[in-house]
Amino acid sequence: MIRESYLNALVLFLLLAVPVWATIIDEPFTITLATRAVIFALAAVGLNIALGLGGLVSLGHAVFFGIGGYAMGILAHHAQTYTPVMSLPFLIEGTKSMPVIWLVAMASSGLAAFAIGTLSLRTTGVYFIMITLAFGQMFYFFTISWPTYGGEDGLSVYVRNEFPGLNTLVPIHFFAICFIILCLVLLLNALIAKSPFGLALNAARQMPKRVQAVGLNPNRLKLLAFVISGVIAGLAGALFADLNRFVSPTMFSWQMSGEIMVFVILGGVGRLCGPVVGAVVFVMLEHFLGGLSEYWHVYLGALLLIVVLFARGGLVGLIVGRVDAHD
Amino acid sequence: MTLLKLQNVAASYGASKALFDVNLSLSEGEVLALLGRNGMGKSTTVKTICRMMSATGTLTFDNQDLHRLACHKVARLGIGLVPEGRRCFANLTVTENLIAAARPGPWDLARVITLFSQLGARKAQRANTLSGGEQQMLAIGRALMTNPRLLILDEATEGLAPIIRQEIWAVISKLKADTGMAIIVIDKSLAELKQVCDRAAIIERGKTVWQGAMVDLTPNISERLIGV
Repeated sequence: MIRESYLNALVLFLLLAVPVWATIIDEPFTITLATRAVIFALAAVGLNIALGLGGLVSLGHAVFFGIGGYAMGILAHHAQTYTPVMSLPFLIEGTKSMPVIWLVAMASSGLAAFAIGTLSLRTTGVYFIMITLAFGQMFYFFTISWPTYGGEDGLSVYVRNEFPGLNTLVPIHFFAICFIILCLVLLLNALIAKSPFGLALNAARQMPKRVQAVGLNPNRLKLLAFVISGVIAGLAGALFADLNRFVSPTMFSWQMSGEIMVFVILGGVGRLCGPVVGAVVFVMLEHFLGGLSEYWHVYLGALLLIVVLFARGGLVGLIVGRVDAHD
Repeated sequence: MTLLKLQNVAASYGASKALFDVNLSLSEGEVLALLGRNGMGKSTTVKTICRMMSATGTLTFDNQDLHRLACHKVARLGIGLVPEGRRCFANLTVTENLIAAARPGPWDLARVITLFSQLGARKAQRANTLSGGEQQMLAIGRALMTNPRLLILDEATEGLAPIIRQEIWAVISKLKADTGMAIIVIDKSLAELKQVCDRAAIIERGKTVWQGAMVDLTPNISERLIGV
């Protein structure tokens, strides 16, 4: 068994080394794959704050991922067609600036997370799962029937958005942006876990009544975790849309929510780099097994079964040992 | 000055009535023993004070109506509970258990660790790996970290080794002497209670049947009402 911090460092090093190596040998597709893994990891790290620390099994996280994606899509679409997003009561122009798009994506997904969390957290257990799933489907069908932004066909953005000082069309530059954001979010996750808020949230997951008896409101703690989680998923959605230069209602689908959940479970719930490991393994399986068979999900399902049955701390837990809290 | 007041308090678990007529009052700095046989309503009384269950009747703390407050707001008002069965946050360390409950005030991590030196040596250890006595100390420390004006100890010495029980009683005496904190103690060790408590109240079948100074609790009364 090795220490989890060493494994985390190794995972991040490999995640950085592969695209750097791919740049040297001129394999841009590998860089795109690594970028996809990093963005999925980011969304999963977001979910891990709600699920791992707060015990919130959300099957609607694709809502925030999709909102982030559509925030990017709508702003970039208006920028490339030189039309305003809205002109009344005040003028809002489109933009191609990544930092502005990220801010809009995070604010809108955070607002949505606040509204959905406020309603969903009145329930627990299976009802919480169902209500978050219902919200996801609500957004999914709304975007399908939203012709202004492509409806079911989605919305294409022809040129990747801009980031000051970098050429985002160069794959390694865009990867670098995503990787740095992932590292910052992982740092934020680690700080939250050890902060009084994170500890209280952890305690609220175990014993909500006892947490109340020490003067803390477990619902408020969980709502804050849900909002932080949604903001991160929204940011991941904006980056994902930029990677593909395309957004569509599938970003809101329950399958997307399920995939984000799979990344977390596969890597290890509540583990700092569990979602990163889960996302990387998923993207690798998707790529390699997907090349062998179109039924690659069967193999993924089998792997997930094995992990759930025999490695309940996820792949990270299998390597560094289990933690009783989540296993 | 009266800190806590319960008048004609009644409470039920669904259709089953547990409290019929509980009357209590507690002043600042006073230590009250809440006595009674098993199942007579002591812990239910504590739950109603902490608003873990709803009740009827008058329930005030520092002249504020507790009925209007949620459980967490009652704790913020200054009522700290050491629950029956300890109930520490199992997968948090000693330090994390204490930090999670911390509220501003004179009680902080250093002061709690000074009070329970045994916990100092176990700071990085998870609560579920501590001995029963250490878990009890942690439960008391966690309640103190909320900086309460009233500390309620529900069966704090139950199931502990005699030497640990003595340590817990010494801590309660120290809290009484050093802090002037009001304390409600539920326990079965009448001899120790007599040394620490100023007053006692006896609950039988959900009613307060006797209240008075601890010195007035004669063997005749205690044997008749609580069987000790």
